[in-house]
Amino acid sequence: MINPRLLLPVLSLAVLVAAVFWLQPRAMSYVGVNLLFNLAVPIALATVAQMVIIMVGDIDLSMGAFVSLIACITAAILPENPALGWAMLAGCVLTYAALGALIEARQLPAIVVTLGMSFIWGGAAVLILPSPGGSSPAWLTAIMKAKPPLVPMAIIASVSIAAVAHLLIMRSGFGVRLRALGGNLRAVSRAGRSTVRLRAMAYAVAGVFAVLAGMALVGLTTSGDANIALRYTLLSIAGVILGGGEFTGGRVSPIGAVIGALTLTLAGSFLSFLRLSPDWQIGAQGAILILVLAARLLVRRAEKRA
Amino acid sequence: MASARPNTTGPEPVVILDGASKSFGALRALDHVDLRIDPGECLGLVGHNGAGKSTLVNLVTGQFAASEGRVIYPGAKDHRQAGIRAISQEGMLCPNLTVLENLQVVQRDLTGWSWRRLAARRIGAALDAIFPGHRIRPEMPVFDMTLAEQQMVEIAIGFAQGAHPARLVVLDEPTSSLDASISAQLLAHLRRFCAEGGAVVFISHMLGEVFEVADRIVVMRDGHIIADRAAKGFTRQGLVDAMGHVADESHEPSALRIRALGNRSDAILRTPEGVEARKGEIVGLAGLAGHGQAEALARFYLAQSSDWRSLAEPAVVFVAGDRKRDGVMPIWSIRRNLALAALGHLCRLGMVDRAAENALSADWQARIGIRTPDMANPILSLSGGNQQKVLFARALATTAAVVVMDDPMRGVDIGTKTEVYDMIRHEAAEGRTFLWYSTEMDEILNCDRVFVFRDGAISAELEGERITEANILAASFEFGDAA
Repeated sequence: MINPRLLLPVLSLAVLVAAVFWLQPRAMSYVGVNLLFNLAVPIALATVAQMVIIMVGDIDLSMGAFVSLIACITAAILPENPALGWAMLAGCVLTYAALGALIEARQLPAIVVTLGMSFIWGGAAVLILPSPGGSSPAWLTAIMKAKPPLVPMAIIASVSIAAVAHLLIMRSGFGVRLRALGGNLRAVSRAGRSTVRLRAMAYAVAGVFAVLAGMALVGLTTSGDANIALRYTLLSIAGVILGGGEFTGGRVSPIGAVIGALTLTLAGSFLSFLRLSPDWQIGAQGAILILVLAARLLVRRAEKRA
Repeated sequence: MASARPNTTGPEPVVILDGASKSFGALRALDHVDLRIDPGECLGLVGHNGAGKSTLVNLVTGQFAASEGRVIYPGAKDHRQAGIRAISQEGMLCPNLTVLENLQVVQRDLTGWSWRRLAARRIGAALDAIFPGHRIRPEMPVFDMTLAEQQMVEIAIGFAQGAHPARLVVLDEPTSSLDASISAQLLAHLRRFCAEGGAVVFISHMLGEVFEVADRIVVMRDGHIIADRAAKGFTRQGLVDAMGHVADESHEPSALRIRALGNRSDAILRTPEGVEARKGEIVGLAGLAGHGQAEALARFYLAQSSDWRSLAEPAVVFVAGDRKRDGVMPIWSIRRNLALAALGHLCRLGMVDRAAENALSADWQARIGIRTPDMANPILSLSGGNQQKVLFARALATTAAVVVMDDPMRGVDIGTKTEVYDMIRHEAAEGRTFLWYSTEMDEILNCDRVFVFRDGAISAELEGERITEANILAASFEFGDAA
């Protein structure tokens, strides 16, 4: 039984893949596929992180700045002083959890808190790495640039991210309780569970995925930059929505989110293959997004009538 | 009455309320209530709006702590361990989860790798036992289900097996979205559950159902239990009489106030539900809360006011009861809050005329008695009653011919109430029409005509001397037998 909500994301990805292969048949190879989807891995991780936040009814406007900070820590501190580096990464996750607790306990709007935090993350990133540079820990590059037989690393990584996120969010009891928070907050607190704790946990999970996104990004680019991932904020939100998630009500799909991230990355390559001037690419990417969302709206309406 | 001591003879009771009180600010929702519920008992709980039913239920189910007195669960440390479950009226499912996942939210012992199998078995067994022949699968997402199916799932969760078996289940209007045959299945299950030693508290506006299932009936009024005896000791009429105030001298008969409102065919407005009003008439919408009155008002108001080209002078104005949600602008001054609806004629060339705004608010401060040294103070500096007066002034400051009021006196002190009643009568005499939804009986008794709502439709239209508490209560509760 396949979830009908996943049909549209899968379909849009398939159409894009077909279009890319048709434009550029040489992409239909081990190296080609790896190149196409390589940069989708950190975006997919950031999208899953954003999805967890959207799932509990919030939105994270600091995702790009946070992933950039992680990239700076990974490139500047982790290779030289692993102990300090890991401690800082763990501290970042704990800060995320604390933000979640704060948002729930004080009933603050997440959009404001995360917007404010984005400046703090950005400032910290500049402090850690004032100019682009640093290096990737050797083991990290080895993982990200590994060449397993038959299937490229980018595909293996994407599938594993989707599988892990699906098991954690959709199948485990822990994930069910987190999703319940977005579905009906009052039901959760009526059942005698601490909503502060649950929201803190959701933010911690998002923090872990965002940390992985920053590390994966450094593993690919082998250096860091305080502005390296600023696009990720909007890309991750778009990816969640593209993947069949909704802004309210806790209805999300981890597999869809990963597919959404892949689709967005591929849309960029597709436009390059069309030889579209880079000036127009962002606009064209937006047009693709609108197209897919419009299709989704039509499908929903047809569903409702049926 | 029940003894407050846990160690009486016979089976240990499930819960004991010992002089329990609950206050919300100045309002005493529950006043020194003693109640004891034994295993195997099926308790029917009846009362009109604000009688204290939900507060009582929330104390028993551990949602509120008592302000005074105690709630005791003999042999258990809290309500959860005592096996007390609540099935509330207001949808406590997470629509984004499946049926079995909703059980995970409520139960704590669904851990480990195979929790899904265990949850599916528990909820499936409960559904099979209560609603044989149902077509609900545990993997179904809740948002795909009908309202009735969601209600069935909620009931099944209440009875499902868990770490602490259900010993007392509180059902608040459980049959409101179920059809007759499913309701009958539920009632049969309740009787079976009690026969096997479980206890039930059953709240319903369908008195037929209460008589069918309850072996003891508790009647509440004004935060007190005013009658508590075996169901056989009540007749239906006696039950309705008990819910009302027996001696009510303060109420002047409406007949004395009957005014010349013209022929009934002169209605200036009529809603799809059938509520109609003449010029200058105060029309009350009564009945138990949540039976479609607020929705009827909102539909009427939005149909009159939601328009692309909004008129400078609205034809209908709205006085909110839920001040926070649809009333005050929390960071604005009192003056701005008051002048909001009349801005259309306070503007000159698109700019707000400050002098006119000041004059208007000063005028209304004097007329309606808003107690503040300075109308430029923030609205939240006022007490709740005075905030409500500002909302009244906002509506009355327009030239709108119709004023729609959505239970506007919620949580307002008696002094303010009296002042506002006078204001309303005065305005009505000058030709304004009021549509007034109220959950409070003494307000409804102030109306010229009353429509009583039940299950989203009008169940009675009362006028003049027929507007009595007994008639309104009778129309609020369903007499017919549950099929």
